[in-house]
Amino acid sequence: MMRSVLPILTVVSVLLGIWVLSVVPMNIHLAADQAQRDGVAVVPDTPIARQDVGALALALRNTAVVPMTYTLDRPRLPGPQQVAAELWKTTVGTRISSKKSLVYHGWVTLSATLLGFGIGTTLGISLAVGIVFSRTMDLSVMPWAIASQTIPILALAPMIIVMLGSLGIQGLLPKAIISAYLSFFPVVVGMVKGLRSPDAMQLDLLRTYHASASQGFWKLRLPASMPYLFASLKIGISAALVGAIVGELPTGARAGFGARMLVGDQYGQPLVTWAALFAAAITAAVLVGIFSVLERASLKRMGMAR
Amino acid sequence: MISSTDPRLLGNTLGEGLLAGPGAAPPTVIAAKSVDLTFQTGDGPVHALKDVSLDIKKGEFVSFIGPSGCGKTTFLRCIAGLETPTGGALTVNGMSPEDARKARAYGYVFQAAGLYPWRTIGGNVKLPLEIMGFSKAEQAERVARVLELVDLAGFEKKFPWQLSGGMQQRASIARALAFDADILLMDEPFGALDEIVRDHLNEQLLQLWARTEKTIGFVTHSIPEAVYLSTKIVVMSPRPGRIADVIESTLPRERPLDIRDTPEFIAIAHRVRDGLRAGHADD
Repeated sequence: MMRSVLPILTVVSVLLGIWVLSVVPMNIHLAADQAQRDGVAVVPDTPIARQDVGALALALRNTAVVPMTYTLDRPRLPGPQQVAAELWKTTVGTRISSKKSLVYHGWVTLSATLLGFGIGTTLGISLAVGIVFSRTMDLSVMPWAIASQTIPILALAPMIIVMLGSLGIQGLLPKAIISAYLSFFPVVVGMVKGLRSPDAMQLDLLRTYHASASQGFWKLRLPASMPYLFASLKIGISAALVGAIVGELPTGARAGFGARMLVGDQYGQPLVTWAALFAAAITAAVLVGIFSVLERASLKRMGMAR
Repeated sequence: MISSTDPRLLGNTLGEGLLAGPGAAPPTVIAAKSVDLTFQTGDGPVHALKDVSLDIKKGEFVSFIGPSGCGKTTFLRCIAGLETPTGGALTVNGMSPEDARKARAYGYVFQAAGLYPWRTIGGNVKLPLEIMGFSKAEQAERVARVLELVDLAGFEKKFPWQLSGGMQQRASIARALAFDADILLMDEPFGALDEIVRDHLNEQLLQLWARTEKTIGFVTHSIPEAVYLSTKIVVMSPRPGRIADVIESTLPRERPLDIRDTPEFIAIAHRVRDGLRAGHADD
């Protein structure tokens, strides 16, 4: 246990250290302005003169102002403790039914993510089966699947939302479709590889039994593809979450992580944006974690994990 | 999903041996006349097999030995209907190899055990039975019987990775025996195993052959293995793949391991080696 925890803690503390140290130079100009308004003497004494002074130099000449860089209401870069406090306030400290609750916004994004992931995974597996069993589909579908991922989703998402909106489809489904669009691809690629993973000898063995194609699929190809499927699902679920958030950005959605990020940006509340960002990252980590646990449990049951 | 006619087809191949009756000469099970197989490759045609003629009678243990590229595996695959000869005539149980394969006339053992890691040993042996549509009760009964036959009773619930390489290969032999085909085709089944395990498995294979009276085609590149196991040794040579010599073994059917020190054994081994050397002289 210690062996795996220690490296992770090391990396996390290094990142946190870089973050904490960056807060001072990022916010020192804002903090100096604020201090001056509060009646503290600052050198140089005008904001315009301070613009010409580098962040580190300004911090060294006004050491008394440095602690303030961690407590600004609208910092350029909030300190980790500010983000943590905002996260706490908007999850544990707020009623779930409130529009300010990140749990509420999280559920809005998560429901679109899960629906989109379901659609994307189903589509991905079906396409993979088609590609493996039909030469025509192999030649025709794969290039389009690859091409689909080269289009920037940020450009495509508003078009999908608007087009579906004009058809009267709103709310969950358009976001879910963007999620599905991002998550089907890793599933197709992984499942094609997985379904093709049995070697020539294993396929010959089935020929000696005169097994049908469907028997080959259910008894050999599908079980053999399971490790590949789980790897794809883990990529797919995080892609689906990104898709749902992207789907919330262009339409001025009122709810969801994407809406919170937008609100924070537009109303100059960086803490809101940062809290939403971290909440989304934590959600993704939990989702991937759940699939890792499922993966380990089922591969162990299948005797494929050592 | 599963054709209901399959076990019946199986019954036909089983019945054939009985028709011959006691006292009659054993019938020919596999008949090859001037079999050719040419692969078209980018570098021009490759003659994998040229003018191969051979009869294998019921109950024989026939080894194919030769250097790599001599077509021994290719010929076994032709018998199995996994490759199609480009010339000549080849019949298995009086049918084309393709039809014989569809009638599930043989069990095939590959060089690697190729057990499914997600199935237990019992589940692996059951695989062909599920595909051929045997009833649940019959599946269980057959699995128990063939695992007993290869000395793996009690390992039914273990997963492949819990077994040694030799035990895995025995499980794959059990899998090939499970549906009671008369013919057992083995492609260097013990090639990846160490000498001691191999000796042990050779001894067990002979006992198994004596008990089940199968017709066995066995590809190997080990001279002692071929001589120890076979009633007939087919020496092959490469480019083009062809038969260099066919040796009828004079050893008794009952063969303890130390038979390998007898002058008779050594004489046969000598003849096999001469055949192999002759094949090599012209390249």
